[in-house]
Amino acid sequence: MQQQTIPEQKHVSWAVTLNVSWAGIKRRFFRSLITMSGVVLAIAFLTYMQVMNEIVQALVEARDPVLDAILQAAGVEIHEESSNDSIVLLIILSLLACFVGIVNSMLMSVTERIKEIGTLKCLGALDGFIVRSYFIESSVQGVAGTCLGCILGLIVSIVVAFSSYKGHVATHFPWVGVFNALLVSLLIGTLLSVSAAILPAYMAAKKQPVDAMRVEE
Amino acid sequence: MTTEQKEDIIVKARGVTKVYTMGAEKIHALRGIDLDVRRGEYLSILGPSGSGKSTFFNMVGGLDRPTDGSVEVDGCCLRELNQKQLAWVRCHKMGYIFQSFNLIMTMTALENVALPRIFAGESPSEARDAAADILKVVGLGHRLTHLPSQVSGGQQQRIAIARALVNKPSIVLADEPTGNLDLHTGEEIINLLGELKSEFGITIITATHDMKMLSASDTVVWIKDGRADRVARKGEFEIAIGTIDGKTLA
Repeated sequence: MQQQTIPEQKHVSWAVTLNVSWAGIKRRFFRSLITMSGVVLAIAFLTYMQVMNEIVQALVEARDPVLDAILQAAGVEIHEESSNDSIVLLIILSLLACFVGIVNSMLMSVTERIKEIGTLKCLGALDGFIVRSYFIESSVQGVAGTCLGCILGLIVSIVVAFSSYKGHVATHFPWVGVFNALLVSLLIGTLLSVSAAILPAYMAAKKQPVDAMRVEE
Repeated sequence: MTTEQKEDIIVKARGVTKVYTMGAEKIHALRGIDLDVRRGEYLSILGPSGSGKSTFFNMVGGLDRPTDGSVEVDGCCLRELNQKQLAWVRCHKMGYIFQSFNLIMTMTALENVALPRIFAGESPSEARDAAADILKVVGLGHRLTHLPSQVSGGQQQRIAIARALVNKPSIVLADEPTGNLDLHTGEEIINLLGELKSEFGITIITATHDMKMLSASDTVVWIKDGRADRVARKGEFEIAIGTIDGKTLA
């Protein structure tokens, strides 16, 4: 018999994939929260360190003798270039822990859902669909976690700054510096979580349709 | 063979072998199976675990590639297809029903059944309309927005059947479809499959241990040690308790 020409399965659009993934994210909300909490804490820490630094710098630059006394009492080196090395190291470590955290929890969710991925492939899903949906899922978690982390870090740093330096913070508030700090946190958090999504998404797509036949849950 | 006879055959397996290499050891899961499945037939594959039954079932379903030999489904040789073509075949020509239902637990009945149509390129709203229609056919018109965890096992399997049929496939592959159901519900599912077979003109291939499924079958194939040990048409096998035609079920 003449071999009929079989067309190739078409890709599902990003919009439709987003639609399908969104339903999953919503219904797996608590699971997503756990994944997100790592990102929230790491980015909150990064934001806190940056914002505090901006506020202290602004207060130092005010050259106000009363303020200088408060700053010195708080242990701030006013007249020297203080070394930031240990703080940078701390930030890098916390970001690394956050990166590994996202990769780990997404890989776990791939393992949990081997059967689901197999089933989707039996129903006609292409590797591209699986990659996209996992990528969307962990990116959404990462970006949402980053936003929450920025807000949390900002609130905590402002509260701490006010309790240490009182009303001086309001008069010398470094609006531009804080805005830049938030932007940096947002950018780093997004980059970090999106790049952490790549490996799990790729691993998910490598699962075979025959995995759907596994009996064990 | 005349053209008419040729068209009558929907699955044509020729010399299907499968060898797994485990370290230095070679395991022959299938040792050359030849089988024809006629269009519109209800075929059951029977065999103890380790007989190669599941391996053969997966070959017919396009889920696994044979080491040697060929499987032709509805006129296309699965061996020659690339990944994307295989995905197209799985999406348009095959419907799968699993022992543990394999519904996506975070999706409603409607969303589960709409999935194959979305993969086939339909818009989500059109896909949901078609899904709602087929869910009514399997008797779940009132459960459209329920999650799988909110319905019974039998109803979950009905959702899975609707999902298998929503793209109007030529073949439905059912792997122990009654394995996780009680006697009564299992019987309902078998009857439903039988009704849908005539209504949609599909061919059903099952891998099973269930005696009730055998009595509904047109053909039964026994797989033993990687070979098709025996093929019996309806009326050629008798069902007795614990044995089939003298053969004890594993």
